Formats: sequence, C-alpha cells, structure tokens
Amino acid sequence: MTELRYLAPATLDEAVKAFASAGSAGRILAGGTDLLVQMRSGAVKPGVIVDIKKITEMTAIEPTADGGFRIGAAVPGAVLAEHPHFGKAWPGLLEAINLIGSTQVQGRASAGGNLCNGSPAGDSVPALVAAGAIATLQGPNGRREMKVEDVPAGPGRTNLLPGEILVSFTLPPRPKGSSDAYLRMIPRTEMDIAVVGVGVNLTLKDGVCTAARVGLGAVAPTVLLVEAAAKALIGSKLDDAALKAAASACSAACRPIDDKRGTIVYRTRVAGVLLKRTALIAARRAAGN
Amino acid sequence: MNVVTNNKWIGERTIRPDGADKVTGRAAFAADTNMPGMIWGKVLRSPHPHARIKSIDTSKAEALPGVKAVVSARDVVDFPVDKSVMLGIQDMRWMCRNVMAREKALFPGHPIAAVAATTEAIAAKACELIEVEYEVLPWVIEIDDAIAPDAPILHDFMKFEGKPSNIGGRLEVKKGDVAEGFAQAEVIVERSFTTRPVHQGYIEPHACLVSVGADNKTTIWSSSQGQFMVRAMTAYLTGIPQSDIRAIPAEIGGGFGGKTIVYLEPLATLLAKKSGRPVKMVMTREEVMRATGPTSGSKSTVKIGAKKDGTIVAAQGTFYLQAGALPGSPNRGAVGCSFSPYDIPHVLAVGFDVLSNRSKVAAYRAPGAPIGAYAVECVLDELAEALKMDPLDLRLKNAARQGTKAAFGPVFPRIGYVETLQAAKSHPHYSAPLGKLQGRGVASGFWFNAGGESSAQVNITEDGNVVVTTGHPDVGGSRAAIANICAELLGIDYKRVSVLIGDTATIGFSNLTGGSRVLFASAIVVTQSTDKIIATLKERAAKIWDIDPEAVKWENGAAHPASPNAGQFEPLTLAELAAKAPSMGGPIGAGVQLNTEGAEGGFGTHICDVEVDPELGIVRVIRYTAVQDVGRAIHPGYVEGQIQGGVAQGIGWALNEEYIYNKSGKVDNPGFLDYRMPVCSDLPMLDTVMVEVPNPKHPQGVKGVGEVPLVPVMAAVANAIHNALGKRFYSLPMSPPVVLEVIEGPETRQAAE
Amino acid sequence: MAKLHVSTTINGEPVEFLCEPSDTMLDALRGPLGLTGSKEGCASGDCGACSITLDDRLVCSCLMLAVEAEGHALQTIEGMAHGDKLHPLQQKFLEMAALQCGICTSGMLVASDALLRKNSKPSEEEVRFWLAGNLCRCTGYDKIVRAVMETADEMREAAQ
Repeated sequence: MTELRYLAPATLDEAVKAFASAGSAGRILAGGTDLLVQMRSGAVKPGVIVDIKKITEMTAIEPTADGGFRIGAAVPGAVLAEHPHFGKAWPGLLEAINLIGSTQVQGRASAGGNLCNGSPAGDSVPALVAAGAIATLQGPNGRREMKVEDVPAGPGRTNLLPGEILVSFTLPPRPKGSSDAYLRMIPRTEMDIAVVGVGVNLTLKDGVCTAARVGLGAVAPTVLLVEAAAKALIGSKLDDAALKAAASACSAACRPIDDKRGTIVYRTRVAGVLLKRTALIAARRAAGN
Repeated sequence: MNVVTNNKWIGERTIRPDGADKVTGRAAFAADTNMPGMIWGKVLRSPHPHARIKSIDTSKAEALPGVKAVVSARDVVDFPVDKSVMLGIQDMRWMCRNVMAREKALFPGHPIAAVAATTEAIAAKACELIEVEYEVLPWVIEIDDAIAPDAPILHDFMKFEGKPSNIGGRLEVKKGDVAEGFAQAEVIVERSFTTRPVHQGYIEPHACLVSVGADNKTTIWSSSQGQFMVRAMTAYLTGIPQSDIRAIPAEIGGGFGGKTIVYLEPLATLLAKKSGRPVKMVMTREEVMRATGPTSGSKSTVKIGAKKDGTIVAAQGTFYLQAGALPGSPNRGAVGCSFSPYDIPHVLAVGFDVLSNRSKVAAYRAPGAPIGAYAVECVLDELAEALKMDPLDLRLKNAARQGTKAAFGPVFPRIGYVETLQAAKSHPHYSAPLGKLQGRGVASGFWFNAGGESSAQVNITEDGNVVVTTGHPDVGGSRAAIANICAELLGIDYKRVSVLIGDTATIGFSNLTGGSRVLFASAIVVTQSTDKIIATLKERAAKIWDIDPEAVKWENGAAHPASPNAGQFEPLTLAELAAKAPSMGGPIGAGVQLNTEGAEGGFGTHICDVEVDPELGIVRVIRYTAVQDVGRAIHPGYVEGQIQGGVAQGIGWALNEEYIYNKSGKVDNPGFLDYRMPVCSDLPMLDTVMVEVPNPKHPQGVKGVGEVPLVPVMAAVANAIHNALGKRFYSLPMSPPVVLEVIEGPETRQAAE
Repeated sequence: MAKLHVSTTINGEPVEFLCEPSDTMLDALRGPLGLTGSKEGCASGDCGACSITLDDRLVCSCLMLAVEAEGHALQTIEGMAHGDKLHPLQQKFLEMAALQCGICTSGMLVASDALLRKNSKPSEEEVRFWLAGNLCRCTGYDKIVRAVMETADEMREAAQ
C-alpha cells in the first residue's frame, strides 16, 4: 500500500541528490530507532528512505589534524564505545550517547539521528552542545558547518536546509585538565526519555575552572547552551557558591512544560540539582587528566 | 489429606514440560499461528471519550479491493440492558457493549467496527474509509468528577438511590457494629488515599486466529486465561452454539487477570464467518493500552481504632473503585480482603463501583485487594507509630488465626498468617542496619483464593508412560507442578509424565486460570484421576497374580504384593502392565470432572527497604523480602517466581505506573516508553520465604499463591518511604515529582511559579 | 511497487526473502521466514522481545528494516541451540525457573548471550543494565539475573 522507496547510496553525493529530490517525502535512515517507531505509529509516512550507513564518511571515527575527533553522524553508540581513545577524551559525551535507549537501541542509534530527530530531550544533544561540537552538513549547495546548539529549531524541527544531510560531528582537541560529564533525570534507571538532561564540559588548571560549557536538555523547546551557568563556574574552584550560582542559572534558563514526563516545577528544580552533580563529576575526571 | 512424606517429586525443582519449546522459540503463542488462505482483521476505534453513534457507513470500506468483510455492532448479539446474563463474573450486557460500541462510544479506543482484508495494510486503510457520524457528548474521567452532582451520565438506565448516576453498584461487608467499636477505641487513625489505574502489562498483546466453516464449525486459536471462557463468550456474542466452537489455547504470554475476558475473538469469528476465510487479529501495544484492562483507580478512606495496648476494636473502610465505562469494578477484593488478616470485632467495609469514560477494567492479580490493602496497611503503620508499637507486633497482636471469623463470612481453619509475621520478624532483613536516606516498611495481605470447575484426563500410553491433560492455560508453571504430583503418585520419574492443556473439544469444562485456583483445582482432579488409574493397575496385577486386589500395593512405579501373606510375586511395573493392557481389560486411563472445594485463603507479609534521593524525589527499592503461607510448594521454583513477579508488579504500581490522561480525555502514555513498568535495573533481588502450612482440605496441601504477593507491596513501599523521610504519602504512584513535592512542601511550587 | 528481494544469512544459513520496503526485520522473520521465536511486544524498541543480533551486535528486529539485512548476518533464538543440545543459557533458564509465560524468553536469551560474548564475568549490575531493554512482567527478573550469572560462571569454568 505504501509507495515507499528504499535507497542505500554508497556516496554522499548520491545520498544528497536522492534526499533533495525526494523533498518533504524523504527521510534519512541511520539507526532507525526513531524513524521506524514514527513510521509504525503513522506519525511519519515517508516516500523515500535514504539509508546512509553505506557511506564511509558517515560511519567513520577519525582523529582530526589538530588532535580532535570527527564522528560520522551514523556511528552507533555501541561502536563509539568500543573506540580505544574516544571515551577517554569525551567520557560524558560517550555516556550521553549510550544513555539513548536500551542495549539493543545503542547497537543502532547514533548521535546524528538523535540530533536530527529534533527532540529537546535527546540525551546526546546537551553533551554535544557542552562539548562544543560542530556539525558538518552537506546539501545540494555544498558543505557547511554549524554549531550543534544551532541545529535544533524546535520540537521535531531542525535548521537544516531542504536536502541537507548531517554528515559528521567535529570535536575540538582536549587541553590538559579537561573532561566532561552528562547526567539525566529519569523516573526509572533506564529506558525513559530524559525529564531533564545536563551536560558539562570543563577545563581545570590548578583546581580552578578555566573553561566550561553547559548544555541543558528537556526544559525548553530546544536544547540550551547555558552560558550564564558556564560563567558561574569559570574562575571558580567549583566551590558551593559557584555551583549554586550555576545551578540557579540553569533553573533560570528553564522554559519547560508540564507533560506526562514531568512538571514545570519539577524540571526547573531538578535542572539545578543535576548541574551541580554533573559539574562535580566532570571536575573529578578533569583533575585526573 | 494424603500428603506423603519423603516425597520424591513434590517440592522438587523439575524442568517444566513446556520449557524446551520456550527457550528455543518453538512455543506457539497466539500470534504465532497462521493458516492457508488467512486474512487480517483490524478494529476501527472511537477517537472520542463519549459520543452517540448516529450512523456508520461502511460502503467505501467494503468497496476497497482486498476487503473481505466488515462488521459492526449490528452483527454482535445484543443483550438488552434490562436483563442480566452472567458468565462467571462478567455480565454479557456489558461484554456485548465492550467488544463493540452499541448505542454509544464510551471511551477512546472503544471498537466501532472491524474489517478483514487480504493484508493488514488494506484492513487499516479500510478502517479509515468507514464513515462514522458521532454526536460528541460531555465526558468524565476521574472519580470525583464522575460522582459529582452535575456529572455527565454514561448510562441513562443506571440509577443509584433512585437517580441517574455513574455509580454502578454498592457492596458491603459488615461484622459487629462499628459505632460501638469506635466508642471503645482509645486511638483512632483515619486517612484517605488515592491510586491510579494500572495495567496488567503482559508482554504479549491480545491475538487470535479464527476459522469458521460453511457449517458454522468454528476453530479459535487464541491466548487467554480460559479457552472455555473464550468459547462461551464467543458463542454468546456471535450466536454460534458452543458445541460448534473449538477454542484452542495457545501458549499465553502473560495475563495476570487481563486475559479473563475476550476482546478480539468474537469480532474475528464474525469476520471469518462473513468472509469465509480464516481471520487473524493482533492488537498493537497501543490498542492494548487504550482498550484492554487495566485495574481500577481508586479513592478510599480507612479508619481503624485500637486500645492503648494495641488491640484493634473497630475498622471501617470506604472504597470507590473505577469500573471503566461499563459496570464491574473489583470491589469484592477491596471490601472482602482488606481487613481479613485481622481479628477485629467490628468491621464495616463499603465499596462503590464508579463508571467513567475509561476502558472497562479487567481482573488484575487479586482484583481489588491491593487497593484496599494499600489503604489499610498504611493506616496500620500510622497506628503502630501512634501506639509506639513495632508494626509487626501490632499485626501479631491482632492477627487472624484458626477460628477467627472474617468479616466477609467464613471462619478461618488452620491458617498461616501468624507464621508469616513471625518469619518476617525473625528474618535477618528485619533487623539489618539501614543507611542514610534509607527506610524500611512492612505490610501484609490476604486473598480469598478459589476452587471451582476443573477437569483432567490421565492416560497411560502403550509403552507405560503418562499423558495428563487439563483444561487450564498455564501462565506460570502449573504444568510443571502437575507433572510433579502425577509422578509422585505413580512413583515414576517425572520425565515420563507429559502434561498438556486440552482444547474445549478434548477436555472437560475447566474454569478460568485466575484467582490463584489452577494448581489447587487441577491437582485435585489429577490426583483423583491418578488414584483411579492406580486402582486399575492394582486390579490388573491382582488378576495376573490371581489374588485379591486389596492384597496389592502400588509403590515405586510398580504393583507389589501388599504383604508376604499375599504371596510371592515379582513386581509388575507400569510398563509391564501397560504392555499387557490389550489382553487385560483394555486401555488404562481415567478422567475426573469436579467443582472443587476447599480452597483456603492465602496470607503474606512483606519487608521492603528503600533509598530516597531527596533532591530528585527518586525512590529505589534496595532490598525486599516477601514471606507467604503457600500451603505446599509443589514446585518451589515457580512458587518463588509467582511471589517475585507479584512483588515486581507492586513496586511498579507503587512508584511509577499510572495511566496519564490528556485534556481531551485520552490516554497519553499508551506504550511501554511512558507506561513505566519496572525494568531489570530498577529492582534488587527479590527474596522469598515460603511458609508451608498445608491446606487440610487439599490432597497435597496446596493453597493458591499467585495473587497474594501483589497485595501488600504498595503499602510496604509507602511505609518504607515514610521510615526513610518521616513523611507520609497518601497517593500512588509515588513518582519523583510527587515525592519531591512532599519533601519540599507546597511553598516550593508557589516559589517556582 | 514490487517487493524487494533480500539475500542475507540467518543462523549461519544463506536465506533469501521478499519484503515490502516498509517491513521491519521482525515482520520478515515472523512472516515469510517463519521464524516466530522473535516476538512482537511493542514494535517500538521498548520491550526487547524481538531481540536478534545483526553482525553479532544486539538489536531490536522491530527497529530495523528488513531490506537492511541484505548482505549481513543475523542470529535469532532459533539458532541458539546446536541441534538437540541446548545452549548453556537455555539449559540454565530451565533449571532455575527463569521463565514463566515465556514470551520474553527468546529476547532475554539472545540478549544474555550477546552479553556473555562481550563480558564473560558480568556483575549483577552489569547484567541488570544490559537487560534493561528486555521487559519481563512475570519473574521480577530475579531468577533471570541469577541464571545469567550462574551460566557465566559455568562457561568460564568450562573454558578453563
């Protein structure tokens, strides 16, 4: 009944061409853990599915020339977890990506899909934002880069142009004394969508925080980069006062809704609690680097 | 009672008869069977919580290529509302309106029509082409709204105290005079509680395959808690005589009470009859969540009065249970079970059946009892606190014992409640140290248990092995227990006993798998059948030896002379006697059909430890011990499994499970993502202590075990949270936002707003 | 639109089948391939009853398109035993009553096997979090977790 075409191009150019010509009927298939659920529920009825997993660049994990990483948008969390160096540099981001769904889902789900799904509650997104990850996009008009925090446009929407495909994430090199962490609040221990998610990425020098970025999820229509929270941490030794100020900044940044997963009051309060906990984990890790 | 000591198989952890098929993927569950020529059925469901159905036009759907049949309420046998027709606990007036909306759509998800087509996709497309004209009516979801004076009324014909009402019935259990009782009380605790509807949560969605011949001969493969229930209800709702329907029980992927009624079978039968093709129907998870189960949400008030020494003198409970859109909430469990663990001179328990625009409730593990026990056992915890008594000591002081008259009627025979309390008290768990932000709670629970109709056929094969057929779908290992019993009686290896569940054409009537009745009842009929076989075997040996049958005994799988006086003969084994059967009187087998009696209630006492994250409001259960009087554990592995499974469901009910409704009166969490049942990492090991006080009225001492373990859990968790935080909770679930609000107080809410 | 032809390997055997582009791998397994051991409990990746491995990686077959199987190797519950010899996990589940109704059992076993291939000595916590995507409503997980850990112990001993 469904007039659906499945394409699995071997090159990015072919993929972009197919995706662009499909227009609004096109859907990108990476791990499929969101897309197949949406198709099954009838929420999405694609005419063309472009499977990007045969494109080498989109499934590669590579070091960059300056000592950072480039992660293909379709790399599943479980594959990333097996990389010998990535988890050492970005433990928080790795945790965030591997908090998406079950072990089974981690075998398929990618950070690229998580970002492009456009959910404000996607677990990898606050950690990517905190990491300062840059998204590489390719479309009919060529290649461009975008900060991850600029990708989401609202629930279920992104700022990608028609025909554009998310190709990879570039993560900056790690200065000495850097690390990150991600925590989310869910009612159970697993299998829930984040009620609040916080990613913190920071650098310590002699116990003083010299750089920090804070990403905050599930408390607004898009994942937020909370600069005020980062500011409260930078220059401090992550003492109680600094953590409290950063926590307040997170709570203040919240613009949540009441829904089946949490209330406005709850989310606002929990954002601050999680900021403190996440920052301390990141700091403990950074102290060892 | 012929409880044998030195049992060889009773009490052994044998391999279940259906085990190998289930670990290799071969077992056939309801959705696993296909037929040549089979087509697919789909249900069109109401999008509205409450609407009059003005017209249904199926012509466009019928015209769609591939569509083979369309049915609606006019195809379902009508049971007029003024005359009750009961089938077990279900009233066919309500069943006929539940399987297909008749005058009105009563909840979102209520079936309006059904289609059969050559593919699932075409059937789904055809459902979209059915034109239904609705007159949307005001609707009501919650109890307080449903019993308010100006509430929208679901059924004009339903009256309470002379006026149109959403209260579908009132049930009362009474003993003594509570006013007199409370007058004697020195300490009284009275509290009100609410619980949310929770779903049974079986992992296997409802499914069936139905074939109807040109002669009306109908075969149904489906997963249910009773193939005879499927046969009877399908017969009632389609008009096909029961003798023409063969209901074959598929392996059942969980039921917990939720598969004691039909949803799809009558519709598939009507579609198969109309189309002349076998029809398969499988619900999606969303359909399961919107249109089947759950158990009631509730509000209740419980008041208990005691003397200063802890003697409880009076207890009163008022329980409002949601029925869904048609009458039939499990009030009996709430009013009958809640106070039954205690010897209280004055008791009054009243239950109200409250209708609203929700899916019709179905049985769920000890239906109603957990709702009542939650309130009663939480009040007892406060009473113990007020009396400065240990909560187990308070229960011990007032425990029901042999001779106690329960408020719901019977006088208890020898029961094991006190033993469960003593075992809990002396368990190392009860005195183990607790850490910071940890707390411990206890609670008890009771369930009636049940007997009822059961049939068995036991046949000896030509090579001297055994095939046992019973009529109850096996939800948790009953076949394994039956193999143990039959092997024990015959004195042979349990692996020589095959145990099968017969279909409605091959075994005698057997009532539902439910109420913790299956092993109790089927053990009786299997025991009596096996006893008959042993008598036959002894007679045949006597004939061969030419001695009196009385002089033959059956031991270790063979006939022996009962004593040296009887003569000197080599034993005749089961295999030898089977081989001689053709020349010695023919096939060896026996069947028994009985309405079994003598089921005795079950009691449990639970200890729960929790740890609370006070900043996030998260509660985790970190240790759990469930003590239960199980009568006799025929297969301890599956008895423990019943207890552990019940506890896990209770922890879900206590902490995170709930139906969440949106502003349009629709369920907002119709899937496993947001209907949060416990996952593996949510739970600790669940320790069990099986107290064995044999049921004197049962050949093996069996008491039902499946229902009781859910009853105490919610109160045990709530009492543990109180112990950890010093705060009481009066509503379920105790989910993180709720817990945090109680910890932080309402001022936080105001401050944040 | 014509059906798609897929060549793949299932339980070590080359297999070909036809499917619609929108069919999930679970649809194909349970339909044309007749491998009904994988169960559909939710069709949304929340229950794990359809667990299989795809090139040795644990996945939900309901979250994978059937056409994606082209050229890959799948393992299902039907391939777990060797002839009439059960896998140690299957045997242990039977001995320890680690199943009741059995609807989650296929997925539990496939997932547990994937765990033990990766981690021969999992802690209780590791077992519990690995299996968090496999819902069981009957057992409370206790006997399942114990069975996985005991099997791991025995397999390690046997390997020595």
